[in-house]
Order: sequence, then structure tokens, then C-alpha cells
Amino acid sequence: MLIPRVIPMLLMRNGGLVKTVRFEKAKYVGDPINAVRILNEKEVDEIVFLDIGATPSGIGPDFELLENIASEAFMPFGYGGGINTVAHIKALYSLGVEKIVLNSVVGHNPGFVEQAASIAGSSGVVVSMDVRRNWLGKHSVFTCSGKVDIKRDPVAHAQEMERLGAGELIINSIDHDGMMNGYDLHLIKRMAEAVSIPVVAAGGAGCLEHFREAVMQGAAAVAAGSLFVFHGKHRAVLITYPRHSDLAQLFC
Amino acid sequence: MMNMMKKLGLPARIVSTSREIENADKIILPGVGAFDHGISALTRLDLVEPLKKRVVQDKVPLLGVCLGMQLLAEGSEEGSLRGLDLINGYCVRFESDGESSVRIPHMGWNELSICRENPLMTHLEGCRFYFVHSYHMVCSDMVNVLATAHYGNNFTAAVQCGNVWGVQFHPEKSHRFGMALLVNFARL
Repeated sequence: MLIPRVIPMLLMRNGGLVKTVRFEKAKYVGDPINAVRILNEKEVDEIVFLDIGATPSGIGPDFELLENIASEAFMPFGYGGGINTVAHIKALYSLGVEKIVLNSVVGHNPGFVEQAASIAGSSGVVVSMDVRRNWLGKHSVFTCSGKVDIKRDPVAHAQEMERLGAGELIINSIDHDGMMNGYDLHLIKRMAEAVSIPVVAAGGAGCLEHFREAVMQGAAAVAAGSLFVFHGKHRAVLITYPRHSDLAQLFC
Repeated sequence: MMNMMKKLGLPARIVSTSREIENADKIILPGVGAFDHGISALTRLDLVEPLKKRVVQDKVPLLGVCLGMQLLAEGSEEGSLRGLDLINGYCVRFESDGESSVRIPHMGWNELSICRENPLMTHLEGCRFYFVHSYHMVCSDMVNVLATAHYGNNFTAAVQCGNVWGVQFHPEKSHRFGMALLVNFARL
């Protein structure tokens, strides 16, 4: 059987690794190169790095740092943050980043997904959607690291992204980010039912059982940040990853 | 791929001219993106004939990876252009409806079922490899199928016909398992 992928999703800002709670209070948790080396040794299924400062600062992707990370990444490697031109995509590809994660750019230019897919192929284009519930409990999609509400229902947004050629969706719940109390399962279920491309659940994983819950709702893969960078109730920084045999048992 | 070759200490270079292909002792044909896009890129650089000559006449080992493996076939449902025609077979899309319907693309790690012993896959029992693809090859001659994997149904994960080898997965993204395979290829 196919074991769902379990993906460390690591956030960067100004060249360092950080971890947020509900997209705020970014805490420094270490060096990205060191992290990728540890995750190599742990034979992780895949890694995703998201530079949460790249769009708000207007600086764009840090190609030098990404080149160093990619040269150490002998696993599937996705990157998102500040990608908004075809030149960015070509540069990332030549560095060895084979999954291009788009987020803010598709809020104002959905057609960019189509352009990206024509270069990278659909399977190389991932759209990351940051979703928050309003006070009525209604989901809406946000861009720019959770700062801009594009006032779209995630189902409509996801279906449009699929139609334009996205090969995968990362569904990140802003409300659950860093809380470690489980994914927004209702959201995951809605999204998995809405599209036929793989859906990656993100935001809220605090234990392995949460992975299983998301997969039960239709997630093809699960991503986590805090779970893989914090250890113990005092949230000491320690990069960890479950053993392959434990994951196989979890999902069987 | 170059990052991985460097890590393994295997001398490799990216080539784009027929002259460089003439000098290659072994050739890896990687590739991502669409079938026609891949073949067109080779055609545009005038590499199709030199590549085929080097492989068919000079018997230089060739390893197609992912789209590179699919390009070895006669053609693909994904496009309208002819493939390199080095392996008798055709590439088809996974089924997105019907009984064995699956999410497309297939992205994930699979163990291989190795169909026959071969030097590319020695010591790879129980290894897992990373796949990302929407199409897979159907061989006309099953004897060319080296290994299968399962996604909805069993599909062709690796092929061989003489000195022509192909793997649907990404050895360069498959940790020590992929490293072992690439070292095996270097030793052929």
C-alpha cells in the first residue's frame, strides 16, 4: 500500500528557521542547512521550506541559501515564498528545487499557475492555501503570510487552482497553526472532496494520531512544523521525525 | 541529479551537444514536465539522433529517469509527438475514475516488486523510492519490465531492454535507496 507522505514543513525568515503560532510570534528555531542535514539522516518522505518573509519584505526567494539547502536535500524538496515570475521558477529548478509552492501570487494572478505548470509540469506545481475561519465560522483564503483576505471560499479557489494545472494543494489552517491540537478536519474533508489532486493537510499536528485523522478525511499527505521542531512541554528546540516503521504501522 | 552525483563522487556533467554525447561513457536522461516538451527539447538541440546512435550502435548504457523513462517509449497519451522508440511500449495516464480510481498525480514512496534479477537493482530488496507522475509506461513486451509498483493497479516502475534502462521513480530524491541504484548504474 501507499503510505501517506509525512512532510516536515519548515518556515524561514531572514535566513533562519522560525516557527509561528497562528502565523504570529515567529520564534527562531535554528539553521536551515543544519535542519536539512538532520532530516536527510532521518530519511524523511519530503521537505517543504516556506520563506514567510519573502513576500512581505518584497525581497523574493533567497537563491543562495536555497542552493545550499538543495545541495543537501536528497529527498523531494519543495520551496515557497516570494515566487512570482517565470524566471524565479526556472532558477529554482536549476538549483534542484523540484516542487514550486505558490501562494500570494495566485491571489491576484491565478493564471500564474498555468504558466508555472507549463514549465514545471503539473506535478511540480503546488498551491499552498492559508485558510482562516471568520467569526461566523466561514472559511476564507488569505495570502501574504495570512495578512490579506482575498475573500474567496477555499473550495472555489482550490477547484480553480486544479483547473489551471496545480498538481497538489497544501491546505494550511491559520487558526490551527502552531496550536498542536489537531488539523482543521472539517476543512481538510471539504478540500479533499472538492478536488482530485492530492491534498496535503497542514496546521495543527501535535501527535502522530493527528496525521491519521487527517488521512481519514482524505488527505494524501500530512505536513507538520511544531511537532518536528519542538520537544516536550517547554517546547525545547529539537528536530525529530518518526521512524518509517512507526509511520507504516500508524497508517496500516 | 547533479547534487546527488556530486555527493556520490560520481563524475558527471550536464551536456547539450551531440559532440558531448559522443564522449559519454554512460548517459542519464532525467526529465520533468510534459512528454512533448521533453522530446521537443531534445529535437531542438539536435540530440535525438546522436543519442540513439550512441545507445543503439555503440551500446552505451542509458538510464531514463521519470519523464526520461517515458521518453524511451514509442509515444504517450500525454502528447502527440513520437518518443525515442528505444523500448517497445506506450505511456498512459492513471485512471481517475472507475474501480481503481486514484488521485493524480501519484506522489509518494513505493516499494518495488522486482520482476527479475538485474544488476541495476542488486541489493535493493525492500527499498522504497519516490514517485511523482501522472503517466506510466505499458510495455508491449513484458520481458522488458524490470520492476512494478502499486498505485490503484500495478504499474511499470522500471524497464530494461539491453543497454537501455528506465526508472519511473526519482533515485536522486530517494535517500540511500536511490544512491545505491545510481552507484549500481555507474558500475554497469
